[in-house]
Amino acid sequence: MSLISCQDVTFSYEGRNVITGLNFAVDKGDYLCIVGENGSGKSTLIKGILQLKAANKGFLTLGDGLRLNEIGYLPQQTNVQKDFPASVWEVVLSGCLNALGYKPFFGKNEITRANEQMQTLHISNLRNCCYRDLSGGQQQRVLLARALCASHKLLVLDEPVTGLDPVVTMQFYHLLKEINRAQGVSIIMVTHDIKEAVSQADHILHLHNKQLYFGSVSGYMNTALGKFFSGGGQDACNLR
Amino acid sequence: MLAIFVEMFSYDFILRALIVGVLVSLCSALLGVSLVLKRYSMIGDGLSHVGFSALAFAMVLNIAPLYVAIPVVVVAAFLLLRLSENGKIRGDAAIAMISSGALALGVFAISITKGMNVDMSSYMFGSILAMDNSDVVLSICLSIMVLCLFAIFYNRIFAVTFDENFARATGINAERYNALIAFLSAVTIVLGMRMMGALLISSLIVFPPLSSMQIFKTFRNVVLSSALLSVGCFLLGLCVSYLWATPTGASVVMANILAFLFFYSIGFARDRMKG
Repeated sequence: MSLISCQDVTFSYEGRNVITGLNFAVDKGDYLCIVGENGSGKSTLIKGILQLKAANKGFLTLGDGLRLNEIGYLPQQTNVQKDFPASVWEVVLSGCLNALGYKPFFGKNEITRANEQMQTLHISNLRNCCYRDLSGGQQQRVLLARALCASHKLLVLDEPVTGLDPVVTMQFYHLLKEINRAQGVSIIMVTHDIKEAVSQADHILHLHNKQLYFGSVSGYMNTALGKFFSGGGQDACNLR
Repeated sequence: MLAIFVEMFSYDFILRALIVGVLVSLCSALLGVSLVLKRYSMIGDGLSHVGFSALAFAMVLNIAPLYVAIPVVVVAAFLLLRLSENGKIRGDAAIAMISSGALALGVFAISITKGMNVDMSSYMFGSILAMDNSDVVLSICLSIMVLCLFAIFYNRIFAVTFDENFARATGINAERYNALIAFLSAVTIVLGMRMMGALLISSLIVFPPLSSMQIFKTFRNVVLSSALLSVGCFLLGLCVSYLWATPTGASVVMANILAFLFFYSIGFARDRMKG
């Protein structure tokens, strides 16, 4: 059974359909990129996957033992975080909250888990640093560690490389790939950089208020859509 | 010097002010960290004005003031929270509207029935004589409740304050914790506003966290520092107000202003030295 499966799902706000006809599934170990322009319904779909918004039509189901709060989420940066006094350790540890249940404080298990994730992402040396003093790339690693504390099954990333320079972006993608391959963590990443999506992911979901394509990357590259968007500036200009 | 302190605390009203003041300073500093970071600083201000209005009506109707003010301000806190989250009127405008509206309503009610008098000025700027023994007991109980709830939910309050979206995604009911923070703030404000004054109580919420953030860089240290700082400034303000017969509320705020300037210069100097 798939971790997430969508059957003919529609999301709408106040009666207006934002996105319709979603039919896709994410299996264990998949790396799916959701691509599309601004306003194409990507963020709405993310809300749906995180169960923050209910589907207005169709069925969006979690399976394969994935529980509601077992999704590691890496949100777009908000303004609040930019001047927030918090150490790296506090931020990473807060990812373990879903394991607490009704306990008020963190125990040994959560602390071990947070330490492990920091080692995996090579940020143990930043432990006592202030989150706001870190570079953009380091901040994203911290948030990734927090997301991994929350889930070892599925990561959902919303435009994770916005504002990062090219070198750091490549490092971050590399890290994601490693987590996906070595640990078998499924990844769903929203991006508007289709070229990168094609080179990183194994599945593509292309949205434009409806589902334009879902399937493997190689299949996507054979469609006119895939050629058009991933061909780079020159081809795209010629087509126009 | 010691003799002065012995003399000072031999007065019952000062002892009462000391107990209530320390507890309220502690609560407001803890909650203030979360409120300031969530950009809700103005909610404290709005609530204190609503509290003033509630006290005014309690005075007009001859009811014990805290029993009227606490429920009214708690309801106002939930309303303000709702307004700042969604709605047609923007959050900051809604707060400005509610706080000046409530102030006007309170002044109106008092002046019609009892005329403008000393009581009113003591509600606005605080009075150390305002509390009797039953108020003190109620304050102690409610403050302990605020402190316990804050301690129990500390980790969740951090998560919701730092990143509400992530907290929601991991199954934390963010609305519930926002409501908890609003509820605790409402209780704290009402408890403190008669000593500090309706116009000055919000300084207890913003000053200690902001001062602490100039120096400390982890959430835990900011919380601890603002709690200590807030209590320290209150004690200093209380002594100053006794020695020079100045209003307690204003003296405490003066102490907080000095502390802020001090912390700000240390933070500034440290950043300079780092280059």
